[in-house]
Amino acid sequence: MAILFGDPFDALSQFQQTLDQLRASDWLQAGPSGGGGYPPLNVFRKGDDVVIVTEVPGVHKDDLRIEAKANTIRIAGSKNVGQDGNASVHRRERRGGQFDRALTLPIEIDAERIKAECRDGILALYLPRAEKDKPRNIAIT
Amino acid sequence: MSQSLEVQEKKELVSKGETTVPARYYVPSTDIYETDDALKLVMEVPGVERKDVEIRLEDDVLRVEARIDTSKYEGMEPLYTEYNIGHFARAFTLSHQIDQQQIGAALSEGVLTVTLKKVHRARPRRIEIH
Repeated sequence: MAILFGDPFDALSQFQQTLDQLRASDWLQAGPSGGGGYPPLNVFRKGDDVVIVTEVPGVHKDDLRIEAKANTIRIAGSKNVGQDGNASVHRRERRGGQFDRALTLPIEIDAERIKAECRDGILALYLPRAEKDKPRNIAIT
Repeated sequence: MSQSLEVQEKKELVSKGETTVPARYYVPSTDIYETDDALKLVMEVPGVERKDVEIRLEDDVLRVEARIDTSKYEGMEPLYTEYNIGHFARAFTLSHQIDQQQIGAALSEGVLTVTLKKVHRARPRRIEIH
């Protein structure tokens, strides 16, 4: 199922439907990891590789710690929603605190070549699939 | 702060009223503070770039619309999802008199801060007790 962005006006709505359909799909079920921890994450396939995207608005890059061991990824850090000392609060909906989440992927990844990018409150982890895990064409002789 | 952070489900915008795009909008989580001379709104709009934020103040209603760039998801096939994505929109009716000329906005790490200066007569006066 490829996502096509032919019509820019309809594209987002179609994409939203696709994301809804895969809500808590059983992709992770083979491993120990489940859903529900912070930060919430979406997992995508891009070509052979896997991309994990999470929303971490207000988390500084320096407060994030990302570790990879075999095919387990750990995303830990803290979020601070501090305010000015002399301001009174009308509304408080944002939450801060510590987080530490581990995710074991059902595929082999090349931990040496993982790339992490944090921009505009979105953390993206690019996880290259290990060469030995990639599907191979079998020549028929 | 040692409290552990839990997932806040994204809230879908219900009464969007005036949008023409079929896509769903979300309501950004917002903190509002008041100091002696200003109101400060802090909203979470992950994935939004500066050029895609629109802030309007009309008849005491402050409208904020922040749009994400969906082209970043091109060629990505979802395997497993825990949240949905969409543009953000929210409106606030302000009970204070705001100086229209002095609205400031800053965007950093997916957090939009809007600073609204109060006009002079809306600032607090200390009431003397005789």
